[in-house]
Amino acid sequence: MSLSILKNSIKKGRVTIPLSLSEPACPPDVEKMGQELKKLIHTKFGRSLHIREVDTGSCGACESEIIACSNPIYDIQRFGIDFVASPRHADVLLVTGPVSKNMELALKKTYEAMPEPKFVITVGECATNGGLFRGSYYTHSGLKKILPVVLHIPGCPPSPAIIIIHLKLFIQNL
Amino acid sequence: MEYPNLLKEIIGGEKIAVIESSQPFKDELYLTVENGEFVRLCHLLHKRLNSAVKMFFAEDLRAKLDKYVLYCVFLNEQKRSWIVVQQDIHKDNPVFATLAKDIHSASLFEREIKEMFGIDPQGNPDGRRLKLHDEVWPRGFFPLRKDFSLPPEGSLAGLQYKFKRVEGEGIFEVPVGPVHAGIIGPGHFRFSVAGEPIINLEIRLGWAHKGVEKILEGKTVHEATKVFECISGDTAFGYSLAFCLSIEKAFGVSVPLRAQLLRVIFLELERMYNHANDIGGIALDVGFSFPAQFASLIKEAILQLNEKLCGSRYLKGINVVGGIQKDVDSVKQQLIQQALLKIKSDFISLEEMLFSSVSFMDRVDSTGILRTKTARDLGITGVAVRASGIGLDMRKNLHSIYDSLSFKVIKEQSGDVAARLKVRCNEVKESISIISQCLEKIHTCPSEFRQDAQEKEGFGIGCVEAWRGSVRVWSRINTKGKIERCKIVDPSFLNWEGLSFAVLGNIIPDFPLCNKSFDLSYSGNDL
Repeated sequence: MSLSILKNSIKKGRVTIPLSLSEPACPPDVEKMGQELKKLIHTKFGRSLHIREVDTGSCGACESEIIACSNPIYDIQRFGIDFVASPRHADVLLVTGPVSKNMELALKKTYEAMPEPKFVITVGECATNGGLFRGSYYTHSGLKKILPVVLHIPGCPPSPAIIIIHLKLFIQNL
Repeated sequence: MEYPNLLKEIIGGEKIAVIESSQPFKDELYLTVENGEFVRLCHLLHKRLNSAVKMFFAEDLRAKLDKYVLYCVFLNEQKRSWIVVQQDIHKDNPVFATLAKDIHSASLFEREIKEMFGIDPQGNPDGRRLKLHDEVWPRGFFPLRKDFSLPPEGSLAGLQYKFKRVEGEGIFEVPVGPVHAGIIGPGHFRFSVAGEPIINLEIRLGWAHKGVEKILEGKTVHEATKVFECISGDTAFGYSLAFCLSIEKAFGVSVPLRAQLLRVIFLELERMYNHANDIGGIALDVGFSFPAQFASLIKEAILQLNEKLCGSRYLKGINVVGGIQKDVDSVKQQLIQQALLKIKSDFISLEEMLFSSVSFMDRVDSTGILRTKTARDLGITGVAVRASGIGLDMRKNLHSIYDSLSFKVIKEQSGDVAARLKVRCNEVKESISIISQCLEKIHTCPSEFRQDAQEKEGFGIGCVEAWRGSVRVWSRINTKGKIERCKIVDPSFLNWEGLSFAVLGNIIPDFPLCNKSFDLSYSGNDL
């Protein structure tokens, strides 16, 4: 078992390096963006930015892409970004989904549990204006009326590269 | 006509007065019965066909006909067709006799009908609402009625959901959710435990409810296809395909062979990336991170392949009624072929890592057992039912393009996490073989990939064996070519209950493992 792990880790090498030799390769601009992001986080957040994600009724594609940010190809952790399990540890609340009525209270409680300073970022079309579910009897059309949103990451769903680029924008504008 | 004989065969000997029967499509038989006979006929079909309730839903026809209609759908595995039992409910007396006392799989559907239409299943022991939570939605407002209007502000009754309580010395409750530690959908789990083992797990869902079935009403077929792609993001292709199949039936469109084959390729790609994700997830949940990351590489490779093929990592924007949006040319076909080779070898390494690790196998073996009988009674579908020894697979159970492809339905007997893991692993291999077969066939097939559809009134069932299980859609199109009613059944809808049975007797730390081995959709269930 350990032999096959060793064999594979040697064979695969570092997939994160933007070489076109290894497939699937990381898009070249992610590495550059990421390094800039790292510097920004270092100066503005004291080395690390912690994110708590809350799904308020999304279809799951946004979650899948946010998870993909942490895979070995994009490896967002090397830039100092981490997804945390508790809102008490978080600087940023990442919200996906069209805010179903059922999730409103849980979302507010999560936000209240976060220490100051705290920022809310929306991910995906649904979270900004309800997207395809706009006008439904059971969703709020967008998060803005409920929580103070500082940035929106567009896409349905946004790819990991777009998420990383927007996180950089967020810190830049801070 | 074949169906009168079929009818005789099924009903045989019993005296059940069928008011009306029709067979609009080769694989759909509709039987209308008197209210008193509905329960009897459903029991009979349930027993003789050995089928769970596959769909059970209502339609509001009060505007024209002063009635609601209930449809209860069973699968006839032998004849590879659906049998739909119909019952009229008068608008002034919206009640019906419950099926749930004898057919367990009907229970959740009945609760759904009750909360969405206000038609009361008399005798159903569980009257709690599934999606419209008592805390935020007043009683007496039924969204799927045609004359529904929003409840006025401040009309809440201040009710609380009642959980099942297990009482006794040393028993305590562990509530989890709806916001979880990971990046995952919302659901509330309430464990009753005595020491370590779980005595009861109650899963409360509905948090991601967004009123999809209501939103679909009045939409054109084209608009609706987009909504279908966002019902469960990881099954975007499966959903849009199920919807297109149902509309193609209603419109009477025959899809060109090339489009059918390409649809199979995309459906199998979706199966592969999700299975890779789940296998990785199972490894991650026992803390075995190397294979977990390795699996995420396989997933990412397939997502990137998807993007190259159709411009969307999640296979959105491909399906249209009558075929597919864009062709896959020979260059792209080669891309698939190359990617498959790489994925196959990576996949074999992944399996090697997992199955040769004793401590990993120790965690998954005999954990979270779903017994065959339970799986059948609950109406479980997909990977979970096949891992419990039942070879239910809509790719074989219905007539489709899959008939011309050779593949095995993967089955395991033990019903534990390991069995579900093995089913996934072997299904990926089958998928690779299916895609290769399709690629060979495409070479010799005509270049037409889309048939124009003539909009007309109609209805039909579309069913797809997506990676999680069978996605079922029934839709009715009105004279204007708009959707009149659309019923969606996600594979997770009944499978969630399977999870609450599978975890019994296991310890809470094994729950994430069991959960991941089922990998159910929150969004698809809550709609």
